[in-house]
Amino acid sequence: MAFDYEKYLRMERMPHMWCPGCGIGIVVKAMLRAIEKMGWSQDDVAVVSGIGCTSRTPGYLDFNTLHTTHGRALAFATGLKLARPDKHVIVISGDGDAAAIGGNHFLHACRRNIDITLIVVNNYIYGMTGGQASPTTPFGMRASTAPYGAVDPAMDICQVAIAAGATYVARGTVAQGLLLERYILNGLKHKGFSVIEAMSDCPVQYGRRNRMSSAVEMIQWIRDHGVPVTRAKELPPEELEGKFVTGELHVAERPEYTEEYRRLIEKAQKAAEGAHG
Amino acid sequence: MAKEVRLWEGNHLVAEAAILAGCRFFAGYPITPSSEIAEYMAVRLPQVGGTFIQMEDEIASMGAIIGASLAGVKSMTATSGPGFSLKQENLGYACMAEIPVVVVDVMRGGPSTGLPTHPSQMDVMQARWGTHGDHWIIALAPAFIHEIFWATVRAFNLSEKLRIPVILLLDEILAHMHEGFRLPDSSEIEIVDRAKPTVPPDRYFPYDESQGDVPPLAAFFSGYRFNITGLNHDKSGFPTTNPEIIQRDMERQRRKIERHLDEILWWDEHELEGAELAVIAYGSIGRSAHAAVDRARALGIRAGLFRPITLWPFPEKRVAALAEQVRTILVPEMNMGQLVLEVERVAAGRCDVVPLGKVGGIPIDPPEILEAIKARV
Amino acid sequence: MKHYELRFGGVGGQGVILAGAILAEAAVIYDGLYAVQSPTYTAQVRGGATKVDVIISDRPVIYPRATEIDFFLALAQRSYDVFHHQLKDGGIVLVDETLVTRVDEDRYRVLRVPITDLAEREIGRVVVVNAISLGLTVGITGVVSRRAIEQAVAARAPKGTVDMNLKALNLGFEQAARLGFPVEERTEEAV
Repeated sequence: MAFDYEKYLRMERMPHMWCPGCGIGIVVKAMLRAIEKMGWSQDDVAVVSGIGCTSRTPGYLDFNTLHTTHGRALAFATGLKLARPDKHVIVISGDGDAAAIGGNHFLHACRRNIDITLIVVNNYIYGMTGGQASPTTPFGMRASTAPYGAVDPAMDICQVAIAAGATYVARGTVAQGLLLERYILNGLKHKGFSVIEAMSDCPVQYGRRNRMSSAVEMIQWIRDHGVPVTRAKELPPEELEGKFVTGELHVAERPEYTEEYRRLIEKAQKAAEGAHG
Repeated sequence: MAKEVRLWEGNHLVAEAAILAGCRFFAGYPITPSSEIAEYMAVRLPQVGGTFIQMEDEIASMGAIIGASLAGVKSMTATSGPGFSLKQENLGYACMAEIPVVVVDVMRGGPSTGLPTHPSQMDVMQARWGTHGDHWIIALAPAFIHEIFWATVRAFNLSEKLRIPVILLLDEILAHMHEGFRLPDSSEIEIVDRAKPTVPPDRYFPYDESQGDVPPLAAFFSGYRFNITGLNHDKSGFPTTNPEIIQRDMERQRRKIERHLDEILWWDEHELEGAELAVIAYGSIGRSAHAAVDRARALGIRAGLFRPITLWPFPEKRVAALAEQVRTILVPEMNMGQLVLEVERVAAGRCDVVPLGKVGGIPIDPPEILEAIKARV
Repeated sequence: MKHYELRFGGVGGQGVILAGAILAEAAVIYDGLYAVQSPTYTAQVRGGATKVDVIISDRPVIYPRATEIDFFLALAQRSYDVFHHQLKDGGIVLVDETLVTRVDEDRYRVLRVPITDLAEREIGRVVVVNAISLGLTVGITGVVSRRAIEQAVAARAPKGTVDMNLKALNLGFEQAARLGFPVEERTEEAV
């Protein structure tokens, strides 16, 4: 039986605002299939976003949905999760939103290892605002604010997440939707802060400026530049130049923030009782 | 058990009052001279089952309290000038999305890093117009220790009742002074909680005008699935660019203030009967002005004090009436002239309005105000 | 009407702000008076000039900062230099005579006690400078009752140091008597 996406979509909000060929839809579908597999009630799920193309996602989804300010989704989500640690909080963000203006919140959400799942749709560009360079625009590639090619080196979102302390980090692509679904599912299952980076296409703003004006060309480019982590281990560094590594890059166990805070409350209350008694 | 009088630091009392008003979530970032509020919350909130979190920056702490409030938990943050500047982005979000939150700003000298350990009243205009775009907001500026307590409680109550951010403006003097106060029992404190929806989820809209000027706000995860955005939105909370809807929504938000002025406005009057000169002052300078007016009266000068505790919305009607009554209104404040602009606007030429602005981190003491009074009568 | 303004000045780390709080607590909690304790900080955590004003009154205190100071305790020269200006002419300046040497004798009534030396010599701990100072302050001014300051000091003293602090407080009262100020009898039950 075909998957019932409409169960999770606010159909009255259609048509959505994304361009033909955009990869965001593939990521959203993978996410919905993963949520279905978790068996969660829609009432128990919040989807939070910042600003940008990807951040329009929550409005189309039938959950508790929160479209916040640019880069700040993780800050709002942290408050939401701490207020209701028993519920499920998912943040969906773009590369500019998560890695540039939201960079600090990203680092500290990783550090706290709070039980939130962050999905970053990385399409190398600011799409909604007109194709400006983002922190992940590859060196030398063009953007409306990098007309001679980007001179800023690109950021590796997953490596930053690992270094900052996230305990589940995976990278998938919109060329492989089923793998992406598996990573998101494992991220949702994981107790702690999980980051799933989805390499995605923006044929209109990014591809057009970089000789890949169709979605097919762009998705082929993504498929051809991804190297599975098992294979990457066997390759010399020069062969990985200009490529990105896909797969489950990091899985670790570390105390989760809301659990730790629950213990802190017990400790504080015991100490206060002791002081009074 | 009746509580005893004890000495309270202004900042600590804000925190304790917030807890008694029902605050169970605090997110903050260290900044002088407000940090004692965060430190107190770090100790006390877990004791009452609440949550304190030190966020990575001021922006994040403002975002976090909005998130927690949306889950139905009363939330607060505290900061000072530079942090208040950073919070303006998400403060605007709370205005736009109509999320109840309380923001304490302990004013210090500015702009920029300014005078971190010295008092000022330089954020009065920022409290009203700090975030971009038209918006409505409430700002309270208590002056005495008991007012600090009750203003904090009222900040939460107004915020919950009207679905609006409320700013609590202290200055460094009030934040760090210690004064005697007996903490009321919880039975002595009236607590207002936000209205919950009375309609089933399929008929619930978070900005539904038909539910009144303050439509009920359902909590996230309570079975009411809805959307909240910082974009202009229709009654259901989804983005819209329809000018008629936007106009109506902004009019409704303005009515929230205009129709509740009786509950929002709060001030103190002293010796205004028969006064020829009125001093309008607030916060710690309101106390200085009170002492100056007493000294003036002792000299036979007909001076009085109007001390607004609600600065925003500004108590226009009462100040307009005062402007009819007196020949001069003197406005001492620890800035180069902020609230005096509002006094001038409302007085509209009916009396002389004289600013007495002072910066540099030292307060305007009673003798200085007395001299200014003498020079005008 | 009783209205008395005191200022304690020192450098960060000496604990004058805490001493101000204890005096205000003695007034508010144990003597049922009104009081405001109003400190001034700098960014320098240790060593910067610091002060605290305590206003004690039998009516609510309107303005929370001191403007006409009756009594100034100076524990550092720098603090005296910066903070003595709001003292009344003829007001009392009590100085730690080894730490504050230059005082305007023409303007103020100056009292000199080697407070820090006494703390070291008589009690063996510099931390009791505050308790000695409070004994002196109350002994000289009578601004709160002896019983109230004893209770306030005892309530604030860290565990295991109550006796030491009360001994230091008493030493302060003795020094006030030595300077010619009549002192109430020590209340035994507080000890």
